Amino acid sequence: MHHTLVALVEDKPGVLNRVASLFRRRNFNIESLTVGRTAEAGVSRMTIVIDSDQASAERVTAYLYKLVNVLQVEDLGSTPAVARDLALVKVSVAGHDRAALLRIVDETRAHIVDTGEQTMTLEITGEPPHVDAVIRRLEPLGIIEMVRTGQVAMRRGDTALSAAQS
Amino acid sequence: MPKRTGAQIIWECLVHEDVQTVFGYPGGAILPTYDAMLDYPVKHVLVRHEQGATHMADGFARAGGGVGVALATSGPGATNLVTGIATAQMDSSPIVCITGQVPSKYIGYDAFQETDITGITLPITKHSYLVTRAEDIMPAMKEAFHLAKSGRPGPVLVDITKDAQQASIEWAWDPSPVKMRGYRPLNPITSEDLAKATELIRNSKRPVILAGQGVIQSGATQELLAFAERVSCPIAMTLLGIGGVPANHPLNLGMMGMHGEAWVNHAIQEADLLLAFGMRFDDRVTGNTKTYALNAKKIHVDIDPSELNKNIPVDAAILGDLRETLVDLLAVLEPADHAEWITYIDSMKGDAAVRDIQGLPDTGHLYAAHVINDIWRITGGNAIVVTDVGQHQMWEAQYYRHNSPRTLITSGGLGTMGFALPAAIGAKVARPDAEVWVIVGDGGFQMTQAELTTAAQEGIKVNIAIINNGYLGMVRQWQEFFYERRYAATPLKSPDFVKIAEAHGLEGYRVDKRSDVDATINRARKAEGTVLIDFRVEQEDSVYPMVPAGADLHAMIRRPEPSVLAETGADPI
Ligand SMILES: Cc1ncc(C[n+]2csc(CCOP(=O)(O)OP(=O)(O)O)c2C)c(N)n1
Ligand SMILES: [Mg+2]
Repeated sequence: MHHTLVALVEDKPGVLNRVASLFRRRNFNIESLTVGRTAEAGVSRMTIVIDSDQASAERVTAYLYKLVNVLQVEDLGSTPAVARDLALVKVSVAGHDRAALLRIVDETRAHIVDTGEQTMTLEITGEPPHVDAVIRRLEPLGIIEMVRTGQVAMRRGDTALSAAQS
Repeated sequence: MPKRTGAQIIWECLVHEDVQTVFGYPGGAILPTYDAMLDYPVKHVLVRHEQGATHMADGFARAGGGVGVALATSGPGATNLVTGIATAQMDSSPIVCITGQVPSKYIGYDAFQETDITGITLPITKHSYLVTRAEDIMPAMKEAFHLAKSGRPGPVLVDITKDAQQASIEWAWDPSPVKMRGYRPLNPITSEDLAKATELIRNSKRPVILAGQGVIQSGATQELLAFAERVSCPIAMTLLGIGGVPANHPLNLGMMGMHGEAWVNHAIQEADLLLAFGMRFDDRVTGNTKTYALNAKKIHVDIDPSELNKNIPVDAAILGDLRETLVDLLAVLEPADHAEWITYIDSMKGDAAVRDIQGLPDTGHLYAAHVINDIWRITGGNAIVVTDVGQHQMWEAQYYRHNSPRTLITSGGLGTMGFALPAAIGAKVARPDAEVWVIVGDGGFQMTQAELTTAAQEGIKVNIAIINNGYLGMVRQWQEFFYERRYAATPLKSPDFVKIAEAHGLEGYRVDKRSDVDATINRARKAEGTVLIDFRVEQEDSVYPMVPAGADLHAMIRRPEPSVLAETGADPI
């Protein structure tokens, strides 16, 4: 089962290492981990997707709080959330594949972000299952190179995760 | 503002933290700090191996309740700290380790004696700092001490580059309290948790308190006794909980777990309520968790949220300081009586195998249990005993009856051989007026024997009882029980320990008869300096009872049948 955790952390050297090391040391598998800035200077936000059940996710949350540089942790497992993943996929367009490719682009709201002589590069954004599905459709055409950002996520509605506290 | 070098700032901070002694070993990357040391009123104990410095700092912290400090150079000096840091981490001991690091411009270039010590120790420290500017030394030092001693204590490492030590800046002590945004050492106890626990306590007929080191660290002995007496609840102790409850208190059952007393483990298995106070359900105390105290509701009080529902799921989890929690519980709990339950537990003591050996007549053989019991009797149970790891450690826990906190110092979680002698030196520095005994195996003593020289140089008096059985005894015992007596690499040849003592100008004695034990213990107590006694004990004696690793807690191997069992249970460790 996939579990999404969001952690607000102090933007200090080594913090990513501490978080990653925790998952390794406690024997949890990271499916994806993304880090980026937040609206507040000095605070970074990590979205961590792990393969675990609810009890394990609660343990991870407790371990994360033990890290001195971790400010807030939110388990999105039980919260309605917006989740996005982005993929860049370079696909071969040799011969008749081009039409098939354009049809997929059209039907899946993918964007063509670069065209070469032999290849075309697509950007696919959406919920991770959507990105998975598009990639599966592209596979028969011959994927030459691919990168995914990993999932970022945010709670729905007016409430916000904030690092502000005493 | 006056000018200070980074090195001076380190000492200024140590003085402000009230540090009077540091344990260390010099080298190139920490030289500026050693040079500045001479101008500050801090005593330095020169160890013989940096591992010793960490164990001394650890023993100092555990005996005295303060923060122990170890100092080392970069590279090999820093890596030699690793075992001691891991030991302190596993047993939540507050130490601060300061290491020199190569100049910041060389970091990452594999400079001479460069090692990534913050990286290496990341999973075995509570927190760590790499400081590359003199300006950052004071904040790091202040935070390091705050982190080490607050909340669940633990080791903190501060790695300081040589250029940061050498740089000179305008500097003044900042007396403001440490504020760290992401650090919450104390959490308010919620009334719902308390209400739930109170309800469980009221409904219990067969309760048992499991007292861990948290009792000692939160200074909760009085409150715990008041609680236990109020609801008439027997108490079992973990290894590290020993001393937190006086051994002679009528409600104190003794130690639980792998080498716990049989009636204690049975009481836990038959209880209808376990009150886990500042302990963490380590596998050495639970045995097989699938069969552990199946009929008991469980209340767990701990200061570390990650311990709650970690090893054993509980019915009421209280996050908070143990002493405060007990005060809150005492405010609402009315007296209860469990005389029947207590009488029942008492009735199980009849066949207590653990005690059997005491009744053994003098057959001309010397048993470790007798030696330790005699040390207990002669010291009136008032000494600080520092043990190493192995059979002698378990016999100490069984036969030395501690009546006050911080009088048993032992490596529980990591089980670090070589801990005893250096930790005892640290304990003696923290408590110079206390009588300190080292109880150590012939194997473990040889691991850090070099620190005998430190004790001699510093004139630190500890009494050393080597329980010399000619084996790596605890491993030999496992081989006897689980590996068909195939004694692979456990027979042990030792040097003449008496001569080793004498080579240091210290007194050394050998004892192989029970009739000589008393007199020799007394001689050691009267001597001015460190005394080493080589007790030649029965070679193939074993520690009983024993719950094989991973077996059910009630499935104990009992003395005296020389049981040869197949290794039992799931996932033996
Ligand atoms: C550093 C370290 N290495 C290995 C072990 C594994 N070990 C646990 S007890 C033990 C035997 C200890 O022998 P000794 O010091 O003679 O004590 P005894 O058990 O004989 O009392 C060993 C090797 C350990 N705990 N620590
Ligand atoms: Mg031995």
